Amino acid sequence: MQLREGFVDGTKAVSPLLIGVVPFGLVLGIIAADSSIGPALGYATSIIIFGGAAQLATIQLLDEGALAAVVIATALVIGSRHVMYSAALAPHFSEFPRWARYALPYVLTDQAFAVSIVRYQEVTDPAYKRRFFTGAALTLWGSWQLATLTGIVVGGQLPQSLSLEFAIPLVFVALLVLTVHSRPEFVAAIVGGAIAVIAAPAPYGLGLIIGALSGVAAGVLAHRIMR
Amino acid sequence: MSAAVAILIIGIGTYLLRFSLIGFVGERAVPEWALLPLRYVPPAVFAALVAPAVLLQQGDLVLAPGANPRALATVIALAVAWRTRSVAATIVTGMGALWLLQAVL
Repeated sequence: MQLREGFVDGTKAVSPLLIGVVPFGLVLGIIAADSSIGPALGYATSIIIFGGAAQLATIQLLDEGALAAVVIATALVIGSRHVMYSAALAPHFSEFPRWARYALPYVLTDQAFAVSIVRYQEVTDPAYKRRFFTGAALTLWGSWQLATLTGIVVGGQLPQSLSLEFAIPLVFVALLVLTVHSRPEFVAAIVGGAIAVIAAPAPYGLGLIIGALSGVAAGVLAHRIMR
Repeated sequence: MSAAVAILIIGIGTYLLRFSLIGFVGERAVPEWALLPLRYVPPAVFAALVAPAVLLQQGDLVLAPGANPRALATVIALAVAWRTRSVAATIVTGMGALWLLQAVL
């Protein structure tokens, strides 16, 4: 196994996934340019948060004027799935140098996790593993920055009459379908959606979190029962 | 609190979530029960984001396609997402369906 191939292998492994990532980034940029937080702060989320779903929810909620605490809580609930990835990667990353253990989690995404954990089942060399993850993750990072920037530039030119804000729920529809693979996950989605609708009148925009947490609880319960 | 501060806090929090077990646990295995709820975060959150956004109008549940073309466009987008598993195809057909329904209804 040649080490310098690790980075290139990571880049190659993640390239097909860019077909899904780039349009999402473009739409996020268009929506950010359209929102009340403005293009500069909208783009800053790509650097500071670097997570599409969390960025989209953050921009949407800030645009609606939701309470800051609710915006933060919602984005962190969305981001909490990364703890699962962190747990799965921990035994591999524990072989990396200290700087890598601190720096690489910044670029940990759904896609970088997915391609790396599959490759890690086939290889043992820690240096290769590190370069593979770095190649995959940095390719995604660069593509995301370019896509969101392009979206922001294009978005400023588009007319309001296109109802482009409807692209926000559409992105979440696609992500929803991609994350439902089992019956307990289906139950989590149905309960999460239904309770979010029922709880919508709750103050401070808390309905979303109430719905999400109910869905998670229902998913865990369904997992116990259906197993 | 300004939007910029909220975004900064979310950024730091997101990093810590990603760093969490890589940084603090290392080689020790985390019990499965502790991670199980996290598996259900994505479907639950995404559904909770979609449903109120497309089913409610000024806080009222509106299901009639004539009054709420977004709900019908979302159903079409759901079907396309299911078949294609593509984010781009979902956005394109969903937006197309909404424009068509807005023009027709």
